[in-house]
Amino acid sequence: MDQNLKIELGKQGVFVTTIQELYNWGRRSSVWPMQFGLACCAIEMIATTMARYDMARFGAEVFRPSPRQADLMIVSGTVTKKMAPQVVRLYNQMAEPRYVIAMGACAISGGPFKQGYNVLKGIDRYIPVDVHIPGCPPRPEALLQAFITLQKKIDGQHLTGEDRPRFLDAGAQGEFPVPEQGEHDLEPTSNQGVWPVQIQGLGTRD
Amino acid sequence: MLSGSTTTNHESLARGAKLKSIEEIKSAIEAAVPGVGVEVVPNSSPSVQHSLRVAPRSAIAVATFLRDDAELAFDFLSNVTGVDWPDKEVSEKVKVTRLARKIVDGVEQEVEETVDETRKRVEPGYLETVYHLYSVAKKHGPVVLRMRTVNRTDQVELPSLTPIWRSAELQEREIFDLYGIEFKGHPDLRRILMWDGFKDHPMRKDYVEPDDYEYEPTAHDQVLARAQAHRAAKTAR
Repeated sequence: MDQNLKIELGKQGVFVTTIQELYNWGRRSSVWPMQFGLACCAIEMIATTMARYDMARFGAEVFRPSPRQADLMIVSGTVTKKMAPQVVRLYNQMAEPRYVIAMGACAISGGPFKQGYNVLKGIDRYIPVDVHIPGCPPRPEALLQAFITLQKKIDGQHLTGEDRPRFLDAGAQGEFPVPEQGEHDLEPTSNQGVWPVQIQGLGTRD
Repeated sequence: MLSGSTTTNHESLARGAKLKSIEEIKSAIEAAVPGVGVEVVPNSSPSVQHSLRVAPRSAIAVATFLRDDAELAFDFLSNVTGVDWPDKEVSEKVKVTRLARKIVDGVEQEVEETVDETRKRVEPGYLETVYHLYSVAKKHGPVVLRMRTVNRTDQVELPSLTPIWRSAELQEREIFDLYGIEFKGHPDLRRILMWDGFKDHPMRKDYVEPDDYEYEPTAHDQVLARAQAHRAAKTAR
């Protein structure tokens, strides 16, 4: 429908919308994040929810302590290899529709600990991430920006068709394998379903 | 974990009561604990933080004395850390006398001659723990205790000082986890940072970290070298 016509009708007191717009508006306007923090980024996340930055303006003030009631996982901080299976397990326990924001250098890539033996080099090796925020730690404004980006992403989702989101696709993968803690490293070292890394000339890993 | 205290003995002396010199402490220990194995490990760096190396068999007695002695009263264990000393190859020149056949005055004879020979031997490595002691009551310290294992493979046991200073508990667990020193008498010796099924000791010098450098978009320095090695290995396969 033509946008101008819609505005014109709105002035006349006639509101026109689509199921998709209404549905996406409802979902994006009350995204409940899960209440868990992993490292220093969590402090910035807490600041974002408090009065000065006030994430409640965007409908995301209700931090739920249970993954069953949460829509959004903010991976705020360093994911150590000891912690990674628990993060994946928490993500599995969340109900669809669910979203992930990887917050900060550690969560997106391992950050300053990338060369170490004990830190996961990015949570997107095991679970699908919707928005990545760089920064060490990112400022609360950056988290708000990421959240607005996520809302835009939700707004643009089609309810039908090939590109419909995972929760509307009965055949989509719902559970993500939890890595085992092996003798030297996590096994497997990544989930090929969400981390199909192409190395130039080598194809996918293994 | 490897960083020690930067406080020098001079500074701590200025602040608190006069602490005995390390030799005096050693003599006091030897007087109080008969048959003790203790020696001074000098430190020639600007910190001049000398330490006492204690034989593991007498560690508990020495620690108890240092804590309970009225004058020393080391009631606070501030830091416990581990050090890995790998096997070291030493080459030294030795004079060797041997028999050689030589022609002397036109006649072949057996003559003794002395030759310089370079011999290489491997000094076995060991693991070491370092304890930093302070006295809150007397406002002095630190005194540094060291203990060494026999080697770094199968005889890696040391007595735990947790029964003497409770604050050693978590730090000894960390050393057990990262260096593999087994503390006898520790109340709860489990891994603390890595998971239980983990086999390696990451702070040891010969630790080989997992090869997970398959994707390095901005690799540089060491990581670049590793990523390239990883890719080369993948191509060869």
